[in-house]
Amino acid sequence: MTRRVPVVVASVCLASALTACGGGGAATDSAPTTLNASADLSKQSLTISIWDGYSPKDLPERVKAKLGFDTKVAIHDTNETIMAKLTAGGDSGIDVAFVSGQYAQALNAQGLLEPLHRELIPNLKNLYPEASQLAYDKGNVFSVPYTWGTTGLCYRSDLVKTPPTSWKDLLEPAKDLKKKITMMTTERWLALPALKLLGASVNTTDQATLDKAKELLLKVKPDLLAYDDTTFGDRLKSGEAAMVEAWDGWCPTSEKNIKFVVPKEGSDLWADTMVILKSSKNKEAAHAFINYILDPEVHGWVPANILYRIPNKAAMDKVDPKLLESYPTLAEPPSELLKGESLVDLGEASSAYTRLSTEVSAAQ
Amino acid sequence: MRRHGWLRLPFWLTYLFLYAPIVVLVVMSFNRNKSPYTWGGFSLDWYGRLAENDSIRTGLVNTLIVALGSTVLSTVLGTLLAVGLARHTRSRLLDALSTLPAILPDLVIAIGLLVFYSAIKLTLGLHSVLIAHTVFGMAFVTAVVRARLGGMDTSLEEASRDLGAAPLTTFVKITLPTLAPGIVAGALLAFTLSLDEFVIAFFTAAPSEPTLPIVIYSMVRFGVTPEINALATLLLAVSFTVVIVAQRLTRLTEALR
Amino acid sequence: MTARQPARLLGKAAGRVATMGPGFGFLTVFMLVPLALVLSYTVFRRGRFGGVLYEPTGENFTRLADPLYLDVVIGSVKLAAITTLLALLLGYPTAYLIAKLPARWKVIALVAVVLPFWTNFLIRTYAWIVLLNSEGPVNSGLKALGLGPVELLYTDGAIVAGLLYAYLPLMILPLYSAVEKLDPELREASANLGARPARTFWSVTLPLSLPGVLTGCVFVFVPSLGNFVIPELLGGGRRIMVGNLIRDQFLKARDWPFGSVLALAVIAVLVLLLFAQAWAARRAGRGA
Repeated sequence: MTRRVPVVVASVCLASALTACGGGGAATDSAPTTLNASADLSKQSLTISIWDGYSPKDLPERVKAKLGFDTKVAIHDTNETIMAKLTAGGDSGIDVAFVSGQYAQALNAQGLLEPLHRELIPNLKNLYPEASQLAYDKGNVFSVPYTWGTTGLCYRSDLVKTPPTSWKDLLEPAKDLKKKITMMTTERWLALPALKLLGASVNTTDQATLDKAKELLLKVKPDLLAYDDTTFGDRLKSGEAAMVEAWDGWCPTSEKNIKFVVPKEGSDLWADTMVILKSSKNKEAAHAFINYILDPEVHGWVPANILYRIPNKAAMDKVDPKLLESYPTLAEPPSELLKGESLVDLGEASSAYTRLSTEVSAAQ
Repeated sequence: MRRHGWLRLPFWLTYLFLYAPIVVLVVMSFNRNKSPYTWGGFSLDWYGRLAENDSIRTGLVNTLIVALGSTVLSTVLGTLLAVGLARHTRSRLLDALSTLPAILPDLVIAIGLLVFYSAIKLTLGLHSVLIAHTVFGMAFVTAVVRARLGGMDTSLEEASRDLGAAPLTTFVKITLPTLAPGIVAGALLAFTLSLDEFVIAFFTAAPSEPTLPIVIYSMVRFGVTPEINALATLLLAVSFTVVIVAQRLTRLTEALR
Repeated sequence: MTARQPARLLGKAAGRVATMGPGFGFLTVFMLVPLALVLSYTVFRRGRFGGVLYEPTGENFTRLADPLYLDVVIGSVKLAAITTLLALLLGYPTAYLIAKLPARWKVIALVAVVLPFWTNFLIRTYAWIVLLNSEGPVNSGLKALGLGPVELLYTDGAIVAGLLYAYLPLMILPLYSAVEKLDPELREASANLGARPARTFWSVTLPLSLPGVLTGCVFVFVPSLGNFVIPELLGGGRRIMVGNLIRDQFLKARDWPFGSVLALAVIAVLVLLLFAQAWAARRAGRGA
């Protein structure tokens, strides 16, 4: 406890001093830092922020053994939570954050990300060429994709009469599915089924299209069991829900009777990426960490354990063929994924989506 | 009691309402089955799993640091403030100001500090939560100690002053000991409130230093495993013990007087 | 203590600073300055990534009149009011009976009211998900009686149950202290004058405990309005309250000025209620 007292006293003084001069606007200097390729990594330590269960539990020990520095793993529940902390002003204390592509793009637009020093990440060569063609960050300038996938319908084949094929099956549900379906609430994924059913782009900023999408979403609201971004898999398993909007990797297809389908109107291509914060004081370690993750042995943990597809060709080539047999979506080539539309940050226009989602959740 | 027959229904309803969820939690923590809706036999597995859960352990340590730190700070600042308000001013404005943090909704305090920390570019960490918890903890300590001061006999203090004791001596030798029960009660209150505080911590904690309620929140969001029920049961057991020990202690001190 | 003793006066000033200085200094920096910041943000334009641009505008306030947000505000006031009313209906008789218990039982009954609150607030809320689920114990009971299953979870009713559960003790405790303080002689006098118990309650007990009632109502109503976790967990995201709206302005939409306006609205409601309570306390004080 006594160790903390000076910290408190210092921050009190600091706080009063700084308010007196009135902390002003932010000016981020954009000059690239020079990194020392032969820096002593054991003198650094890393804090990463990632979704729960998205990396091996013993990752810190393995990083320590291989690279010699300590890693601390912070957990965030949604993109929004971590975005709020990263954009709040001061140093968040995070060195490497895992966020979805469009959020990485937004962070970069604010000048919060360190441009990647490619020479420190030789394992980038393991990625599929397609992985550098994602619309939110062409050429992987500030982000490296960790997983990628698409959004579709996850359903219980024993509880639905006819397997769904269209977003219409979700937005205009059959009678016996009423109160048995969930949709996601995160703004862009809330709008996705309606936009796709209307034949529009998932990145549209056309207000008339968004209004039509809103009508569809309002109409289905009374038939939903709940809005759910996180526990839809459990709801399917327990039979509480029969059909849910889901990311492919989160659909528990390992269970009997649970299937995943991308509706015929098409869907998105999302990527969860790794980014290095400009405020990081451990940038060499951060690069070494990303390079380590891209090692086929390490990255291969993802498809083998949580059944997400990864943009790492060298790792995907090593995936157990038996696994690919039982999970055909894992075996699909990247070209299949690229049929999906890449989600990009919409900058100012994103407030239209915020409003849409508020309107939908506020409606009674 | 007999005269109030019709009042008994809401009375017992209240206790049923308060304890039904608690019973569910405790029973489920011993359920072998992962699903909360079917009984799969008695098991202590979840308690074992709980012990292995690193993020819960980190959260618990962080929570204890924050709660202890903010309690110490709240108690010192709040006690002094209560004495000052009772002895050195009649301002009702200052009085109201001292209780404001206890009345303001937690969300308002939370966004206020978020905006403030962001404006001064403070690096978030345990210290930022500790400060935030002190804001409301102090208000509760002040209120409790003031209540004690209200009923306090001032003649001893006056006698001490008349005998020529310095103000500080009077404060340390007379005022503080008389106030002790109020101070302890206020500190306990501040500690308890800090332990369970979620909203303010959610806004002011660094992502790498979550408190226990934040860890639990992200776990609950992802569907609850019975580990969480085991944790709740343990927390309940600890609280129960604390209450009983506190009761015994008060009775003991009363007997000693 | 007179002007003839300057040293004493100086000591008095020093005592004032020494006792109240640190506390009010702390509150100024970490509560008043932040509140002032929030207040000032209400008149500026939103920054693209959170924060504000220092360009004055009135549009944040006009947005409050937008039916979209107005409906959310009205809806949450309704839910918070129902919660408060239920808390009063359950809490008053409970507090009244506790106050009548023998001293030993009184302590036990009071501790029993507070004890559930020593487990974690989120875990307690989660317990309601289990209780109200379509497969949960309540519905099993209803099914056995041939009445169910009824859709309980992810409804406004579930949100009210969660809020009530979270804040009921905050109603019972002030009510208890208000009822406990009442002079039993007043009630006896009323009975001796021939008033029936119901009349005694309405014309003596209730008016005298009104300040406690209002304190309890403020303690339940205000945090209910600002809660965002319970609507999220028990409402299934299908209902949002002012608390969710505020949280979303800061964490999702990154529209700090509008979030500040909403926070200001909550503070305004609080101030109104506090005035009502002070008024009632004064009235009751005069009546006694």
